[in-house]
Amino acid sequence: MIKVNGEEKNYVNCNILELIDNIELDKNRIVVEVNKVIIPRTQFDNYTLQDKDVVEIVHFVGGG
Amino acid sequence: MYYEVRTEFKEAKVAIAGLGGLGSNIAHALARVGIGELFLVDYDVVEPSNLNRQMYFTKNLGMKKSEALLENLQQVNPYSKYVAADKLVTADNVVSLFKDYDVVIEAFDNPKSKAMLVNLLLEHCKMPIIAASGMAGFRSPNKIKTKKVMSKLYLVGDGIRAETNEEIMNAPRVLLAAAHQATIACQILLGKIDLEEG
Repeated sequence: MIKVNGEEKNYVNCNILELIDNIELDKNRIVVEVNKVIIPRTQFDNYTLQDKDVVEIVHFVGGG
Repeated sequence: MYYEVRTEFKEAKVAIAGLGGLGSNIAHALARVGIGELFLVDYDVVEPSNLNRQMYFTKNLGMKKSEALLENLQQVNPYSKYVAADKLVTADNVVSLFKDYDVVIEAFDNPKSKAMLVNLLLEHCKMPIIAASGMAGFRSPNKIKTKKVMSKLYLVGDGIRAETNEEIMNAPRVLLAAAHQATIACQILLGKIDLEEG
């Protein structure tokens, strides 16, 4: 299991792109941190999530 | 009664990326607090439709936002330094524009621009970033929160996307979010974060 924004999820061995597709977020509107390290967008498809990873995703909506 | 500006504020350099509803109001708050240097970045021009929430005046119509805001801030507090940049922030220039600032405040409108700036500065720089997401319409003011979401990222807003055309950006809730962003910037500079509720 991994943790995504505090919730246990079963996305082990997914890459980040697969994870965000699954939870229906737009990769161009998010910031992703895994185990306190920012993951550059260019690495989303080759970063494989491991058991016990702690993932934080911030998703932006428009307006300002 | 006179107040001495705090040393932590006088010596601070704060950057504001985007000078619309959030950025223009954040800049006014921070100028009044006495932040030593404000860096003001936007490529856009002041238009009549901006005046429902952005801190500009009819005399500013047609001016570059960066120049108009600099002029207005000098009327508010002439003792701070203001650096205006009439620039579109892109993935190619974002790090070089903002790398020397103590705090960067994300105040764009476009969610892709928000994510681009936050991603690249968190990846390449060390300063804290204060971003905003969700402040449209007239729903509960108490839904607008400041949260520390990552080790160097604070996020302000209700996170809710505007759903209808009527639910536009209005001054009251945009100012609420701007005030949250300005407050956390001051707390960061003072080295004392307080996000307690109630």
